[in-house]
Amino acid sequence: MRRTLALLLLALPASAQDRRSGFEDMARETQAMQRDDMQNPGMLWVAEGEERFNRDCTSCHTEASMRGVAARYPAWDEATGAPIDLAGRISACVERHQRATPPARESQALLALTAYVAHQSRGLPISRPTDPRLAPALAQGRALYGERRGQLDLSCVQCHDDNAGRRLAGSVIPQAHPTGYPLYRLEWQGLGSLQRRLRGCMTGVRSEPFAYGAAEYVALEIFLNDRAAGMAIETPAVRP
Amino acid sequence: MAILALLLLIPSARADEAPLTATPGDATRGRAIVADRTRGLCLLCHSGPIPEERFQGNLAPPLDGAGLRWTAAELRLRLVDGKRLNPDSIMPSYYRTEGLHRVAPAQRGRPILAAQEIEDVIAYLLTLREEPPR
Ligand code: HEC
Ligand code: HEC
Ligand code: HEC
Repeated sequence: MRRTLALLLLALPASAQDRRSGFEDMARETQAMQRDDMQNPGMLWVAEGEERFNRDCTSCHTEASMRGVAARYPAWDEATGAPIDLAGRISACVERHQRATPPARESQALLALTAYVAHQSRGLPISRPTDPRLAPALAQGRALYGERRGQLDLSCVQCHDDNAGRRLAGSVIPQAHPTGYPLYRLEWQGLGSLQRRLRGCMTGVRSEPFAYGAAEYVALEIFLNDRAAGMAIETPAVRP
Repeated sequence: MAILALLLLIPSARADEAPLTATPGDATRGRAIVADRTRGLCLLCHSGPIPEERFQGNLAPPLDGAGLRWTAAELRLRLVDGKRLNPDSIMPSYYRTEGLHRVAPAQRGRPILAAQEIEDVIAYLLTLREEPPR
C-alpha cells in the first residue's frame, strides 16, 4: 500500500509533489502565531465578520451553509456572466439581496466578512476550477502569470516557479499559493486580500497594478487555485 | 551552426560598449548605488562585500571578484542590457526603456539608472578583485 502511494507520488510532475505553502517558509514564531487562534491577529477580523454575519446575513444563510464555499471560489456568476471571487460574491449579495450599498474592496467590513466566510473552510482542500465557463479566465490567468512586466521586466514565473525557496534580499520567495487569504501580514500591520498581495508583487517590479476588483485579479486567482488545487485553506493565515 | 554564429557575435558585441558618458565613473558613488536597494537593487538578487547591508539575495552569483572576471566593457554590456547575452535572464536591463510592458507611470520612459550612475557602478565593480568568501 505504502509502496503504491510512493509510486503514485513519483508519477506526479515535480511541481505537484513539492508544493509548499508560504507557511512552511516562515520563522517559527510567525508559524506559532498563525497556529494559535488566541495569538493569531487575523482572528479579530474573523470575530468581527461573525458579528456582521449574524446581524446581516442569517435571514438567508446559516454558518453551516458557508462551510466549503471559499474552497470553490472564484466561481461563475450567472447574473453578470463572469467569474466572481469570494469578496465580490459577498458584495453582490449585499447589493442584490440585502439591497444595501455594497462594501468597498479592502474595507474593514468586507475583509471581516470574507475572512469569516473563508475561515469556515479552514483545513478543506482548494478545489480545481473545473467549470468549463471558467476556462477562458483560467487561460488568461496563466498568461498573466507568465508575462514579464514593469520596469524590472519580471514575470511571476521567474520568481515563484524558477526561484522559489531562494532569497530576494531578506525574503524567501514562496511558491505563491493563495491558501491563506484574507490574511494578516506583519508588514501591513493588518488584514489584506489576495488582490492586495498581488498588487504588492506588481508594484514591486515597478509595473502598474490593475484596479481593485479587476477581472485580471480574478483570472490570476483562478489560475493560482488550479496550481494549488488540493492544498488546505489556512484562513486567516499570517505572513511576514 | 546558427549557435556557433551567435557565440561568435557575443564577444564583438561586448567590445562595442564604449563609456556612456565623458566623465569617468566614481567607485564611491557606485558602491552607494549598489548598496541602495531602491536605486541599484543589486543586493535584492546578489550578495557582495557590503557588510553593513545585512539582507542580501541569493538569486545570482556574488558580486565579489567581478573586477577579476570582467572588463569595463563587459560589465557595461551586462548592465545596459544583459538580455542581449541571455534573453531569459532575471537581471533587469538598467539602461533600456523599450520593449517593456505595463511600466508604472512614475518610471515610464525612464531607465532604472542614469548613464552616469551606470559608469559609477562599473567603476565600483572593477574594484572588486577578491573572490567571494567560501
Ligand atoms: C435576502 C437573502 C440574502 C441575504 C440577506 C444574504 N444573502 Fe447571500 N445569497 C443569497 C442567495 C439567494 C444566494 C445564491 C446566489 C444568488 O442568487 O446570488 C446567496 C449566495 C451567497 C454566497 C455564495 C454561496 C455559494 O455557495 O456559492 C455567499 C458567500 C453569500 N451569499 C454570503 C452572504 C453574506 C456574507 C451575506 C451578509 C452580508 C449575505 N450573503 C446576505 C441570499 C442572501
Ligand atoms: C521579484 C520577485 C517576485 C515577482 C516577480 C512576483 N512575486 Fe509574488 N512574492 C514575492 C515575494 C518575495 C513574496 C513574499 C513576500 C514576503 O514574504 O515578504 C511574494 C508573495 C506572493 C504571494 C503570497 C503567498 C502567500 O504565502 O501568501 C502570492 C500569492 C504572490 N506573490 C503572487 C505573485 C504573482 C501572481 C505575481 C505576478 C503578477 C508575483 N507574485 C510576482 C516575489 C515576487
Ligand atoms: C532581479 C535579480 C537581479 C538584480 C536586481 C541584479 N542582478 Fe546581476 N545578475 C542576476 C543574475 C541571475 C545573474 C546571472 C547571469 C544571468 O542569469 O543573467 C546576474 C549576473 C550579474 C553579473 C555577472 C555575474 C558574474 O559572474 O560576475 C554582474 C557583474 C551583475 N549581475 C551585476 C549586477 C549589478 C551591479 C546589479 C545592480 C546594479 C545587478 N547585477 C542587479 C540577477 C540580478
